[in-house]
Amino acid sequence: MTTAIEVRALRKSYGGTTVLDGVDLAVEAGTVTALLGPNGAGKTTTVHILSTLVRADSGTARVLGHDVVREADAVRAVIGLTGQFSAVDTLLTGEENLLLMARLRHLGARRSRARVAELLEQFELGDVARKPLSTYSGGLQRRLDLAMTLVATPRVIVLDEPTTGLDPRSRHAVWDIVRGLVRDGTTVLLTTQYLAEADELADQIALLDGGRIVASGTPDELKRRVPGGHIQLRFPTTGDLATAARMLDDSDRDDELLTLSVPSRGGVDSLRAVLDRLDGAGVEVEELSIHQPDLDDVFFALTGQKGTEG
Amino acid sequence: MTTLTTPAPASPRAHRSHALADSVTMLRRTLLHIVRYPGLSIFVIGGPVVLLLLFVFVFGGALGAGLPGTGTVGARAAYLAYVMPGILLMTIAGTAGGTATTVSMDMTQGITARLRTMAISRGAVLAGHVLGNTIQAFIAVAFVLGVGVLIGFRPTAGPLQWLALAGLLAVIAFAISWLAVGMGIQSKTVETASNLPLLLTFLPFLGSGFAPTDSMPVWLQWFAQNQPFTPFIETVRGLLLGTPLGVNPVLALGWSALIALGGAVWSVAIYERKSVR
Repeated sequence: MTTAIEVRALRKSYGGTTVLDGVDLAVEAGTVTALLGPNGAGKTTTVHILSTLVRADSGTARVLGHDVVREADAVRAVIGLTGQFSAVDTLLTGEENLLLMARLRHLGARRSRARVAELLEQFELGDVARKPLSTYSGGLQRRLDLAMTLVATPRVIVLDEPTTGLDPRSRHAVWDIVRGLVRDGTTVLLTTQYLAEADELADQIALLDGGRIVASGTPDELKRRVPGGHIQLRFPTTGDLATAARMLDDSDRDDELLTLSVPSRGGVDSLRAVLDRLDGAGVEVEELSIHQPDLDDVFFALTGQKGTEG
Repeated sequence: MTTLTTPAPASPRAHRSHALADSVTMLRRTLLHIVRYPGLSIFVIGGPVVLLLLFVFVFGGALGAGLPGTGTVGARAAYLAYVMPGILLMTIAGTAGGTATTVSMDMTQGITARLRTMAISRGAVLAGHVLGNTIQAFIAVAFVLGVGVLIGFRPTAGPLQWLALAGLLAVIAFAISWLAVGMGIQSKTVETASNLPLLLTFLPFLGSGFAPTDSMPVWLQWFAQNQPFTPFIETVRGLLLGTPLGVNPVLALGWSALIALGGAVWSVAIYERKSVR
């Protein structure tokens, strides 16, 4: 296993406000790591330090072995950043934007042209390549933005909230692009406040809250860290609820909603057992639902706040 | 776990050799903007032309009569000759607004941040704007001068004076462009960036552009005689019409160097800090 991004004890504060409070992070080469956290958790600051835009107050960050401060140019040569807002030149066409990037990456005239043509096709931008950006939708601009990041085929790509503000279709298009990049061996670090996005794309998730990594692991590992699933039962009367609560151990009753929460791993057998016992006692169940822990629960349990639905 | 290492591709030498190529790339981008959006150029040329026509045909008869050594006969033509250098300098000052606006747009739209994550010298990025604006200012000045000639302006300059004039105007435009870039980086919003340089277009009024400085009250005279636009205007006037140059060329070049250096140092100093928002 090789490490593509290595962050140690990163601290940064802006005028008395601590944004990063000792962040440690390691991203394996060729994998996707999601930096998940609510607004203001320090995601963008971490990304900015990694992409040489901002200097940390203390701690180190290395990209493919290069220190982001002492070897900034070496980092810039291997990294590609797509920021939170599309960094495109709205006065040029899509093709001109890509050519600008190719020239600044010193690809040479012929290779520039070939690479731009390749990207236009890969990102399905061929039809709009010669149109001014003012005619592009948000999703198109985002796609162009990503294509611009990839002109020099960087080996490490940092995506800061790549799908924020996109419609579901464009979001899926971006996800496909990210999967394609990883297939080709690129290392991806992405920040997101969408739990579904992290679940969908990431091999590893690092949960950032208040400038610290509060948990990290694979999506499944994180899900295992919160209390297991449960069956939720709703009864027509308080009497039924009381009877059921007496019968089922460890259950959690809510008198106002007339519901009872019963711990369960979600298997069919345990479900059947609960229903059989209630049936035997003549308790009527009005509604039943099964809850599996999801990242939302993880997020809530570990950061103490509700995550954004994604 | 091992750490993957790649050879450092960008030695300082390689970096320097790319600086020129990158400047050219960024200049091409600015020129493409100018070609693609002629609206901005039309505004930059149109403003001074309207002012020229206004000052010559509406105020020119009355103002010209007040110039030393001019009577009511030929007053308008005399005022056209007097006001032309001031209008040309105002044209240069007017281009600053466009540059500050584009620079500010780059900053707010995240393009500057993107360029900073690439191995490009920051000087090249800013030089693209400065050189592009210098070229645009030069073209605008030529147009406005052309309109002046059309309505009767008759310069007495010989080939050498024309050459000197072209050089001087380019130097002044270069200096003002650096100042404009600084203003664009400093401004928090695009609106501020487009308004801030308007202050520059007032300076020809508060100098020898539209009326001789001796005709002003003493306190204003002091400012008018010691601000950069007066030696700019007087040098242009001397080259175009053969009026005495005195120390004005030296002052004009000195001010240009000071403004260019100040603007460049200011721009580079705040570039990194302001490009992350």
